[in-house]
Formats: sequence, structure tokens, C-alpha cells
Amino acid sequence: MIADALAGRRLLVTGSTGFLGTALVERFLRSVPGSELVLLVRAGRRSTPERRVQREVLRNDAFDHLRAALGERFDDEVARRVTVVGGDVGTDGLSLDDGGREALASCDVAVHAAAAVAFDSPLDRAVEVNLLGPTRLAQTLQSVGAGPHLISVSTCYVAGNRRGRAAEVPVFDAPFGPRPAWREEVDAARRARADTEAESRTPPLLARFAKAARAELGAAGVPLLADKAERLRETWVADTMVEAGRARARALGWPDAYAYTKALGEQALRETRGDLPVTLVRPSIIESALAEPRPGWIRGFRMAEPVIITYARGLLREFPGIPEGVVDIIPVDLVVAAVLDAAARGPAEGADPAIVQVASGSANPLHYRHLVDLVHGWFSQHPLYDAKGQPIVVPRWTFPGRGRVQHQLQRAVKVIDQAEKVLGTLPLRGGQARWAADLEERRADAARALEYVELYGAYAETEAVFAVDQLMARWSTLDAVDRSRFGYDPRVIDWDHYVTQVHLPSVVEHARVRVTAGGRSGPSRTERLRARVLSPERHLAAFDLENTLVASNVVDSYSWLATRRLAGADRVRFALRTLAEGPSLLALDRKDRGDFLRHFYRKFEGAPVAQLEEDATQLLSYLLVTKSFPAGIRRVRQHRRLGHRTVLITGALDLVVERNLAPLFDDIVCARMGTRTEPDDGRGPSWNGELRDAPPTGEARAQAMADYADAEGLRLEEAVAYADSASDLPMLEAVGFPVAVNPEIRLAAIARKRGWLVEQWSKAPGGPRPLLPIGPPTRRTSFPTRPNPVR
Amino acid sequence: MLEVDRSTPPTLFMHGNGFRLEELPVGSRVVYGPEPLPVLRDIDGAIRHALLHPVDSDPLPALLRPGMRLTIAFDDISLPLPPMRRPDVRQRVIEAVLDLAAEAGVDDVHLIAALALHRRMTEAELRHAVGDRVYDAFAPRGLLYNFDAEDPDALAFLGETDQGEEVEISKRAAESDLLVYVNINLVAMDGGHKSTATGLASYRSLRHHHNVRTMQHSRSFMDQHRSELHSSNWRMGDVIRRSGVKIFQIETTLNNDTFPKPFDFLQKREWEWSRRDRSAYLASSKALARTPDRLRRAVFQSVLAPHNLTGVNAGEVEAVHTLTTAKVMEQQLVHVEGQADVLTMGLPYISPYNVNSVMNPILVMCLGLGYFFNLYRGRPLVREGGVLIMSHPTPWEFHPVHHPSYIDFFEEVLAETTDPLEIEKTYEQSFAEDEWYRHLYRTSYAYHGVHPFYMWYWGAHALQHLGGVIVVGGDARAVRRLGFKPATTLRDALEMASDVVGPHPSLTHFHSPPLMLTEVT
Repeated sequence: MIADALAGRRLLVTGSTGFLGTALVERFLRSVPGSELVLLVRAGRRSTPERRVQREVLRNDAFDHLRAALGERFDDEVARRVTVVGGDVGTDGLSLDDGGREALASCDVAVHAAAAVAFDSPLDRAVEVNLLGPTRLAQTLQSVGAGPHLISVSTCYVAGNRRGRAAEVPVFDAPFGPRPAWREEVDAARRARADTEAESRTPPLLARFAKAARAELGAAGVPLLADKAERLRETWVADTMVEAGRARARALGWPDAYAYTKALGEQALRETRGDLPVTLVRPSIIESALAEPRPGWIRGFRMAEPVIITYARGLLREFPGIPEGVVDIIPVDLVVAAVLDAAARGPAEGADPAIVQVASGSANPLHYRHLVDLVHGWFSQHPLYDAKGQPIVVPRWTFPGRGRVQHQLQRAVKVIDQAEKVLGTLPLRGGQARWAADLEERRADAARALEYVELYGAYAETEAVFAVDQLMARWSTLDAVDRSRFGYDPRVIDWDHYVTQVHLPSVVEHARVRVTAGGRSGPSRTERLRARVLSPERHLAAFDLENTLVASNVVDSYSWLATRRLAGADRVRFALRTLAEGPSLLALDRKDRGDFLRHFYRKFEGAPVAQLEEDATQLLSYLLVTKSFPAGIRRVRQHRRLGHRTVLITGALDLVVERNLAPLFDDIVCARMGTRTEPDDGRGPSWNGELRDAPPTGEARAQAMADYADAEGLRLEEAVAYADSASDLPMLEAVGFPVAVNPEIRLAAIARKRGWLVEQWSKAPGGPRPLLPIGPPTRRTSFPTRPNPVR
Repeated sequence: MLEVDRSTPPTLFMHGNGFRLEELPVGSRVVYGPEPLPVLRDIDGAIRHALLHPVDSDPLPALLRPGMRLTIAFDDISLPLPPMRRPDVRQRVIEAVLDLAAEAGVDDVHLIAALALHRRMTEAELRHAVGDRVYDAFAPRGLLYNFDAEDPDALAFLGETDQGEEVEISKRAAESDLLVYVNINLVAMDGGHKSTATGLASYRSLRHHHNVRTMQHSRSFMDQHRSELHSSNWRMGDVIRRSGVKIFQIETTLNNDTFPKPFDFLQKREWEWSRRDRSAYLASSKALARTPDRLRRAVFQSVLAPHNLTGVNAGEVEAVHTLTTAKVMEQQLVHVEGQADVLTMGLPYISPYNVNSVMNPILVMCLGLGYFFNLYRGRPLVREGGVLIMSHPTPWEFHPVHHPSYIDFFEEVLAETTDPLEIEKTYEQSFAEDEWYRHLYRTSYAYHGVHPFYMWYWGAHALQHLGGVIVVGGDARAVRRLGFKPATTLRDALEMASDVVGPHPSLTHFHSPPLMLTEVT
């Protein structure tokens, strides 16, 4: 009797926050009364091990059953039976404190289920956790004077890419194949990390990261670009280490770093376990539960699930695989039962650890073609729906070779990459920037498909058949009670039922995809975001001006002011000349907005102050309001009505914005130009063309916001900022509620990634569309002014 | 008036920046305006005569003396429609007044465009109205300017009427020794005490008669004797007079010669079209069909009307206005027997509030339900519960400079409700007192924040009276936002109307322009 054998025992579990670990903890607590658990859990970045267990394990819906059964006693029961110990199998000595060591010393059985399960883990991370983890646990258990039965969870795929029967024997006992020395592999992985880190800091690569950062963010200012470049460097290091892992694994005959490190981990444990009794449990691909804690229970989005959902969304036109091959899937509850059986049974007699493979391939094979047919059939009957509420038709796979699928996808990604690059060089915004969004989405889809093919393609092409002789032998000794309570016989699985009634419904439920037809109901995402931005709790709204509230820029206003006093043909000529400078100005603007503004404002040198100020009041009608986005102006006013402070932060000149837009904003932060009185030619003071302070662009804008908020006692987390370009990123990032307005391509991409509110505002339909930014002609007087001018 | 039979040619409907020919059901009645009255031969002579021989007043020269303060107020860009050819009648009258003032040695003269809450006139528009000579003599010195109803220092509070209506008008006008008002009386609503009491008044004053209750009690506001709008203005005129403001009112009337050649076929009866008219129709409709709307608008907005002076009267406000009204009736009054179940009208490209601008959906509503519907004396052309069918493209378009508060009214207010009373109660004050609209009204060229509300109130009587409004050929989204029903063709519209008024309805078509006033018995 398994439950009786385990009653009163203390079980150590590592990896309890994982898929298998959670199921194990739940089953143990529910099915083995009177037993106790010690959970070894790593501290999270911001939470303690205890908190992680509460949030990530006990609140999982696996415990619904137990919670319902125990009612209010659940918490007491858990507190009495479960001890949480902080520790990390990725470090020597597991980083235990004294209490932890004491708790470990008290355990009768240890189940090691912690692993870096991602197939694309960086090489050194996989080595530290998967290869060294079991050894470290064994050594620590011995060092605290405990000698429990260690059940180490491994994987069937340690057998590598072999064809035919894979027996339940130690890795290096199998015929053929290399036998790498695990200690050297560990050293090499650590060295690879150091080398990669060093290489990432060499000048050519640093220059590459800086260039890429600029390409993505544009003129966002030095701090932000530096930060982005550093993140690109870290990503590059991680990618290189992932590739290193994959390459090393394949070189040695394993499909990926996971199987490779797990295999060497088994060997390492075998060599270092001393006299610790060990059992190795090797599951194949673990999927959703057949029956316990409930049919279809699953946690995390694992291997097959993303592939299935991507397929159901119509994005995987093809996938490699051998149609007559076997996909070795095993429901999680069968693995849990096999582990508990091993725990109850105790270690095997003899020098070598017992090895139990928990797999379905040899006893009850599911052929790849059958699985694909089942999935296709199910999604034809229960399609997902696209954003317009239309059902998605799933493609039929023809099982081409992996090489071909990979090649096609690589080509697609490359073509889209090129198109994106071309689009990125064009000054597009608003509706046109949506092309870029489409393209980006398609690129992401293609890249994801490629990733899946590369990562998992090997598993659909496995021709190994995993023997389950040990498992079946153990099964044959169980009595009827254990068989009904701790079933792990893979022959009981009815694949048609499991795939269509248990697994797929569960996957679709977890994926949170559209499963109903018709238009959406309730507020859209944009509406929800908008409501948050316009909530009374916000208290500050900052606005950029150009292309955020007004479809105009400093070039327009300069040209308008400069042509105001010119005669007929000269006006047009001047405006055309200024516009012809456009491309070079655009380039300068992209490089550094501050330089661009300085370059431009120098043109005002020598212009009489009084005349420009008078003309600037006309600019309100003929440029600012004419080219304004009414919805944007309305938004400013909505914020004001809600009692938010409104601030304009712009690189435009004070004489253009300050008086003209005063009623919209509580404060205006803008560029200010200096004046001079020399030479005294009777025209009064003139502008000197130089800015009095650094223009509010890039990070200076964010700083201006921060200073403003500080001075006014406002919090940036409750602030809203509206801007249109990547050069405004620092300001957008500084606030709690950024809004991208008619974003140009780069900002649009960033806004999508970060889930920011995006507003598309346009000029008033039907309004005047002046061809050139030139003012209306004026005769002797500029305009009929009232006897008492305003303000 | 024409009754449509089998031999009747299709009827012309104005349709925004264009027009369409429609087949009206047999038995429909088409109401046409009267023929244009003859124009005065010696216009300048007639003006001078009016100034020297005013009614119930001393001649103008007798009212002028050196050292006095003289203010000349004149009607703004909303009159006349379409704008008239140069010289504008205002220029002729103002020049005559200024000549007399100069002869009398008056040197403290201000000229004010009496625009109430309308947008300010641009330099070009002012030059068109008063002429370059007057403009260049006064504007550079700040003596010719637009009225500013939001300048607290430039307003004078004159008191309240016996009904508690506050009277607040231009301070300069109120404190002048003589206010000369130069009016253009295009429709029966214009002129009289409304000139000063409305044209030079502030929101504080205007809200007492520019509101839903007043409009619903004006049957119609084109008929001063049954118009609450006029009663209120007359009460205010009384307060102005009693507070010592001396007004010398000059009112002018125009004939209804609306369109210059080759567009004059637009104001003719279809069965009287000559071969030249028919080819003009064909040529212009083909050309317009190939022209982008923006350009079509520019073409139509540049049309200057050949209409001209049929009469000019000067002197005491009420006495002058009696003569003026009689002259307007002589030009515009048409007798119609009985009301119809369905009233159709083609709305033109222009209304008082989109000269040199964009005819936005709110102005479409105001032109149809405010102005055209109310051009009646006695009873409306359509019975109570009847259906109004208007033809207009009703594009979702706005002039951002001229109509900023209209945009927000359309997006924020009409999206919630189209009920005038509800709109007045919930939204009027916030728009009227809005700082940004005030700023744009005062320093830019925007209609006052409250102006779109007045446009909506103008249609309140029609909304109350009608059983339904259908817009033919309009932007469906914009039409629905107005609370009306869109139809693609007149035939569809008639089908829809029969749901409301029953099958085989009687139909009257209001064939305007030219403007007319129907007397429905």
C-alpha cells in the first residue's frame, strides 16, 4: 500500500513551483495523510520562498479539490505539514541557512524535480541547474548527515537522437555514442560564459549595439540609448549562450541543451552520490493530467501547447515530423504516481541506481500522424476566431522535412526584415505606421514559427522507443487499491479521448484565445487604457506639441513667420527653399533633436522682436489651430476638467506657444531665445538666434518633467504624457501612463510592445490645407487689432 | 407655385456644393420665390436722400457736431448671402455717413463690426465690406475693429427689461453721442432693435432670447409679430433707448437676384429654362462631378451675388424697420394654401455662418430646420407631425479655426443627446464660459463657444413640430449623429416618410434660393 508506506514520512521536494512539482505536492498532501513535506524553493527577485510557495504553488487551481475538502482547515493543515526552506540547487551548498540544513537532515525521501526545463536555456544555466543540481543536492544531503532515498527526475530524452529501443539503463551504458567527461563540460560552459561576456564588451560589438539602439529608438538622448545598448548587449550574451548550448548538445548527439545537461547530470550523480540510495525517474514529454487533480489540469505554457495554439491560429502552415513516428506524451498524474510509487518502494538493491522510464511510446504508442489528425479535426470543429470574429481555418500539414520548413521560414523572416528596414527609413506616422505594425506582427509570427520548428522539430522526428520494462514490472506488483489510486499504467490512455476531450480543451482554455464568433462585447483594450488615463486619480498630463497636438513643426512656423512680410513671389520662393532643405533637416533631427533645433533657431538671428511677437499672434489662427488635432485639444481640456494639471513640454519657441496656447496649459516649458539691442538701428531689440537654455528634448524633457513634478509635489507614477516620436521616449518612460500619439514607426513598435495607449488623432476633416507654410499677405498694418489687446 | 404633372420637368434641388434634379411625385407642389424687384437706379443718391430725409428723426447732419463721439456699427460677414459684389452696400452707406461726419467736423469716429458671438472678420473680409478707403483710413489707427463680446472693459451694462432680461452692449456704442447702425435686411428676422440689442451684445444679454424656450415660442422668428425672439429684442431696445443711447438706424433691402451668370439658372423655374440654361446646367453639373469637393467649395464660396439695393431707409429704429419689413415682404412673400404632409428642400452650400468657411453638419441642421423651416408666416409649410426631407451631402467636415467649439459640440454633446432642452441644461454653460473658446473667439477667428448651441436652438421649433427629418445623399454617420435619418435617393426618403405620415402623402417643395417667405393659409 503506497499511502501506508509513506504515512508519517517527511518528503523533500525541489522544483515544487514547476509543473510536475506542483502536482506532486498536491497529490502527496491529498493522498498521503499524516505525512510531511519540506519544499526547497529559491527566493524570487522580489519575494521570499514562503511567499512563492503561497502564490505559485498553493494558490494554483490544482489545490481546488483539497481546499474544498478541507474547507477552513486548509491553511492549518498546510502550515502543519509543509515546511518551506530557502535554497538554490544552482549554487554549491544550495545556499542553505542552518534551519534549512536541519530541515533537510530530517527528510526520509528527497524528490529532485527542479530543472531548467526550457529547451533553449543558456548553456551555463542549464549546466548549473540540470547537470550539477542533482550532484549538489546529493552532496548537501550527505554533508548534513542525512541519507534519504533520492529520487531524481530526469528525462527519457537523455537517450539522445537514437533510433529504436532506448532501454532503462545508465546513459553511458547504452551502446554507441560519445561519453563526454562532465567535469570538463562544466568548466567549458563556465568559460564560454566568461568569454562571451568579454567578447560582448569589445569595441566592434559595442559599436554594433549602439547602432542598433539608435536604429530602434532614434534620437532618444544619450542615457536612454546607452541603456538600450546595454540591454542589447545582455540579450546578445544570452542568445550566444543559448546557441552555444544547442550547438554543444547537437555536436554530442542530443537534441538540445536540456537533454544534454540532464544526461550528464545523471552521470555526475552516479559518480558523486557516494552511498546515497538513488532512483532515477525518466518521464517523456509531460502533458496535462489524465485524471488527477482533475482531467486536463496543466500549469504553464509548455512545449506542445504554444505549437498547438500557433497552429490553431493558422500561423503554422507546415511543421516537420515523421508521420509514422511516435510522439511520446505522458500525462502528469501518471508521472506523479510513478514517483510516489518509487518513494514508497524505497531504493533498489545493488550498486547502480534503479532507473524507471515513464513513457507511453512502447506500451501504447501515439503516432504523429494520428495526433496531427486529431488536432486538425478538433480545431476544424472548434475553431479559434480572429480579431474580426471570423473562424480561423487550420491548415493541413504535408510533413515535409525539417530542413525545408526551416528554410522557408528563414527566408520569410529575412524578407520581412528587409521590408521593415526600408519602412523604418521613411518618415511615416499615424495610419501609415500601421503598415509597419502589420509587418512587425507577421515577422513575429514567422519568427515564432521558426523558433518552434527549430526547438521542437526534433521531438516530432524522434525515432527512439522508450522501454518501460521497469515501470511495468513495478505496476504488476501493485494491489487493486493502489492501482486505482496511483495509476501509472500508460496502457490505460485512450489517445482519442485524451487529446480531444482532455488536453485540447484545457490548452485552449489556458491560452485565453477567442473561441466565440462575432464582434467583441464590452470596452476594447484602447477604451480601457483611455479610461485609466482619464481617471480622476491622475493629476498631471504633459503634452508634446508638434505632431502630438498640431500637425506642424518648427520648420513650418519659421517659414510662416519669415514669409509674413515678404512680397508675393518671394514668399513662395522662400517657403520652397526652406522645404527643399527638408531631407537634410530630417536627417539632423533624427540624429539629435537638440542640434536640429539649435541649427534652426539660428535662422532667427537679427529678426526684430516686436515684429515677430506681433506676427506670432497670427500664427495661432493660420498655423496652430488650422493644423491642430481637435481630438488632441479636446483631450487637453478633458484633463483640465478632471482637475489634472496640464503642461506643454515642447522644443518650439516661447513666442510661438506661450501666449497663443496659454489657456490650455497650467505651465509651458519651451525653448527660449535670447535677444540683443545692438546695433541700435531704431527697430528695437532683435533676436540673437541662440537658445538661453538647453532645449527641452530627449532626456532633458524627462528631466523637465521630473523637476516640474518635484516642485509641484506631484508623482510621476500618476502622470500622463503624450508624445509622438521616439525622441520623446525618456518623457514617456518617466511617467506612469504614457500615450503615443500618431506614433512614427519606431515609437509605434515600442508602444505596442509595452501595451501603451496609442491615439490616432487627425486634423479637422474639411479644414483648410495650405500647400505652403506661408502667412496671408499683409499690407500696411498686420491686422485690425482691438484698442485693448488681450492679455 | 406649381403643381407637378406628367409634363413637368425634373425639379432642381440644391445639394451643398452642387445640385441634383429630382422627379417629384405627380401632384406635388413646388413653391418658387417671386421675381427680383428692380434695383434702385441711383443708389448713392437714394442713400444720401435717406440720410437727409429720415423717418421720425432729424436729418443726420443735424445730429452731427464737432467734438462728438460717433460710432458706426455695421452688420458682419453673415450678411448678405451670398456676399455681394463690390462695392458692398455697407461701404456705400458708411462712406456717405463719413462724408457727412467730415462735413460736420466730427473727428472721434469708431467703426465696429457688429458680430455679437460670430467670428471676427479678417482683414480681407473687412476690406470687402467697408472698402479699402475706409479700411486704410481707420484700421491702422485702431478705429475700425471687430466687436469683442468677451472684453469686460469694452461692455456697458444698461439695465434690465421688465422681464428681467439683462442688457449689456458695446461700451463705445453705449457711450457715444450717436450710434449709426448700418444694416442689411436680407430676411424678415434681421434689423430693427435686433441690430443693436443682438449685434453689439454680450453672452450675458443674448442668452435671454437665444434659448430653447424663446425659439419654441417664435412661430416663426421670421414673423416679428409672433416671434418671442423679437419681443425680447424690442424690450431690450426699449432699455437701450431709455438709457439714453441715441441710435440712427439705416436699413437697406436687397432684391433676390442671387446667382450671377452662368449660374442664374439655379434661381429660375425649370420649365422656363432656356436652351442656354439647360446647357449651363449640363456643363456645370458635369464639371462639378469631376471636381474634388474642396475645389467645388472654393468655386461656390467665391460666388458674389448680383443682388442690389431695392430700398434704403434711415431714422428712428422702429419706424425705419416698419418700412424695411414691408419692402422685404414685397420681395419675398409667397402665398401658399394649406400644409403638406411632407416638405422637401434642397440645401445650398451657404448659410450665414460658413461664409469663406465649411458647412458643417450642425450648420446643415440650422439652415434646414432653423432658417428654411421658419421662413413662414401663419403656419409652417408642413403639418405638425409631418416629415421634412432635406437634400445635402452633410459631410463630416469642420473648419478648425472658425468652428472649434462646433467640433466638440458634435463629438461630445450630440453623441450623448440631440434634445435641445437637455443640451441647454447640461452643456451650454460650460461651453459658453470655456476659457479656450473665449481665447479663440477673441484672438483667432472662432465663433464663440456657445454658438453651436444657438444653431441647435434655432431648429428647436422645427424639432418639436416635425414627425421626422430625412437627409437625402448625406454622410450617413453624420446624419445619424444629428438625430436624423439618412436616405440615398429622394424615392427612398419618400418611402421612409410614408412610414410616418401614411401612404400617398401630400408634398410641398420649397424651391430656394432665392429666399422667400411663405404665407400659409
